[in-house]
Amino acid sequence: MAELCGVVGIGQTKHDAKRLDVSQVGLVREAALRALEDAQLTWSDIDAVVIGKAPDLFEGVMMPELFLADALGCAGKPMLRVHTAGSVGGSTAVVAASLVQAGIHDRVLTVAYEKQSESNAMWALSIKIPFSATVVAGAGGYFAPLIRGYMMRSGAPDDTGIRVALKDRLNALKNPNAHLKFPDIDFDQIQGSPMLWDPIRFLETCPSSDGACALVLSSEKLAEQAATKPAWVHATAMRSEPTSFAGRDQVNPQAGKDCAAELYKKAGITRPREEIDCAEIYVPFSWFEPMWMENLGFAEEGTGWKMTYEGATALDGDLPVNMSGGVLSSNPIGASGMLRFAEAAMQVRGQAGEHQVAGAKKALGHAYGGGSQYFSMWIVGDEKP
Amino acid sequence: MRDVAILSYAQTKYTAHEKARNEVEMLMPVLSEAVEKSGIPRKEIGFTCSGSTDYLAGQSFSFVMAVDAVGAWPPIRESHVEMDGAWALYECWVKIQTGEVDSALAFSFGRASMGDLPSVLTMQLDPYVLQPLHPDATSLAALQARALLDAGKSSEQEWAEIAARSLRDAKDNPDAIRKGDADVAALLKEPYVASPLRAHTLPPVTDGAAAMVIAAGDVARKVSEKPVWIRGIDHRLDPHMPGVRDLTVSPSTAKAGEKAGTGQGGFDIAELYAPFAPQEIILREALGLGDGVRINPSGGPLAAHPMMVAGLARVGEAARQIWSGKAGRALAHATQGPCLQQNLVTILEAE
Repeated sequence: MAELCGVVGIGQTKHDAKRLDVSQVGLVREAALRALEDAQLTWSDIDAVVIGKAPDLFEGVMMPELFLADALGCAGKPMLRVHTAGSVGGSTAVVAASLVQAGIHDRVLTVAYEKQSESNAMWALSIKIPFSATVVAGAGGYFAPLIRGYMMRSGAPDDTGIRVALKDRLNALKNPNAHLKFPDIDFDQIQGSPMLWDPIRFLETCPSSDGACALVLSSEKLAEQAATKPAWVHATAMRSEPTSFAGRDQVNPQAGKDCAAELYKKAGITRPREEIDCAEIYVPFSWFEPMWMENLGFAEEGTGWKMTYEGATALDGDLPVNMSGGVLSSNPIGASGMLRFAEAAMQVRGQAGEHQVAGAKKALGHAYGGGSQYFSMWIVGDEKP
Repeated sequence: MRDVAILSYAQTKYTAHEKARNEVEMLMPVLSEAVEKSGIPRKEIGFTCSGSTDYLAGQSFSFVMAVDAVGAWPPIRESHVEMDGAWALYECWVKIQTGEVDSALAFSFGRASMGDLPSVLTMQLDPYVLQPLHPDATSLAALQARALLDAGKSSEQEWAEIAARSLRDAKDNPDAIRKGDADVAALLKEPYVASPLRAHTLPPVTDGAAAMVIAAGDVARKVSEKPVWIRGIDHRLDPHMPGVRDLTVSPSTAKAGEKAGTGQGGFDIAELYAPFAPQEIILREALGLGDGVRINPSGGPLAAHPMMVAGLARVGEAARQIWSGKAGRALAHATQGPCLQQNLVTILEAE
């Protein structure tokens, strides 16, 4: 019943700790203009705009899409603002795609961003609300115990996280837009970096970044006529579950498993490890690579670390993961999910440059947020589903 | 497009200051009521979307706690907009249009009383060139009201009449927080809060929550004896900076209305989200609503103004008019942003 949807334009900013050369307006416009340029389209070709970002306290502006609308050509058009915690960049793309799939609009621009330098994410995540528990430790303090839980369950070697970080940091050197680049990075440097939230070391952690990502999505007919080869959306899925309740498995959350199951079913995939050529997934702390490999069904429970160890997730492995350098290398939080979705689309369009996986035909984009409780995913392909 | 109908609607009895319950506790009875009345078991509802803003709760990720109120286990297909609940309803409608789901739950919540709402809304303005001047929401609405007076399009007398009508109609609405018989002449003797706005033209700070279940036509006919049909829904946006707009008109409302199908007219009632009384004049003009259309039989936002909920509540109150048999065709409007920046129009009909 649903219309087909194709990604016909992709744009992202140069990500950096402080993009002092642009305002929030300039940041989102940089990504949007690059996406329009990639699609060889202009503002008037766009029917609707979907904007996503993480908590408004990260910049200190309430519902900032209302003032950004002017710069994104929204006047007279429908504009939606999505916010689903860390998964928001992915969810925003899913909502934008649904406008095309529902047959409501033919061409939708979607933009996700974060300009963390204009506020302080650690503060914004640590506000003490009366009568409620708070970790006052930002995201790292929240996720470190989950990683410990994974290490205990799986018996994974202690240096698994270091190996993930090394791979992603080497991949980032091939990505012109990546924020963190350490040209002489090696295993010892990561191992020797300060322990922030045991077992998470400094160099196994994502940065705070300013950045934005934009996609132009088209209906089947317009995508067929597009200036450049589209990435076809084969499937999207989203799932949420509560933050905490007795018996909740936060290490391998049910919402992630259910989301992946629906995604594969919609895309007609029965053997994800063989049928998907590469995956760009949300790994803000290195250990989440093996954890999500299991949650996504690429590896049996307790064995995800072996994929890292055996080099399966390396750029030349059988399932390259985080070819762009991932969230570990660039983390404009609200955009981080969309950057994953965009990288998957870039791979199947063959436009990933030095971090291109040769012959990638089907790619997975993945994002998660909250206390490992919000998931959004898509699968894109070089051919129509 | 698939036919989509509203199956149920529930809202809190509004309060000026919710002292005891947090957002989850406000939501739980409302969600339970909406789901129960829908005739669809909670676990069979295909999609859920909420609308709220962190700047009312004063904390990041404030919508995450709402997932507890929904009972998201096993995990659910769910999304959230940092917008009024009317746009959560829109996302639900879109999801049904994709054919992926046949039913959806939209809800929203807000406790505006925890801060100084007009000043909180200042944080919604362009942070580089407008916010530093710190115009609050009331002051911006006063500028808009002044523009209406200068253009000769309305009068203070007319605004007092709108307020008196709203308070009178609210007497029939048990959920409203401001109601009663008001004398227009007496209202006009009130001092200005922000000239030319007097207290009766301003919305009351209100805490509340609302929820609505909608479904595709075939499901709606199966589970509901009296579905209220969504015949059209569209939303549009005007530029943000007040200086580049003619504040006496609302092109985005007119366009959303046109796309939703206001051209056919025939409305018995309209629920308009004009937070400030003078804005009702602008909306009526944009939507082509003549004297024959009864405006805000619920009392409207001057009688209860739960921030982030009031737009969804307009749709809900309009549906209630149809369920009660008082209207056959109704228009519901929602807004957000300074001076009616963004607007959504829904057209509802009985079977």
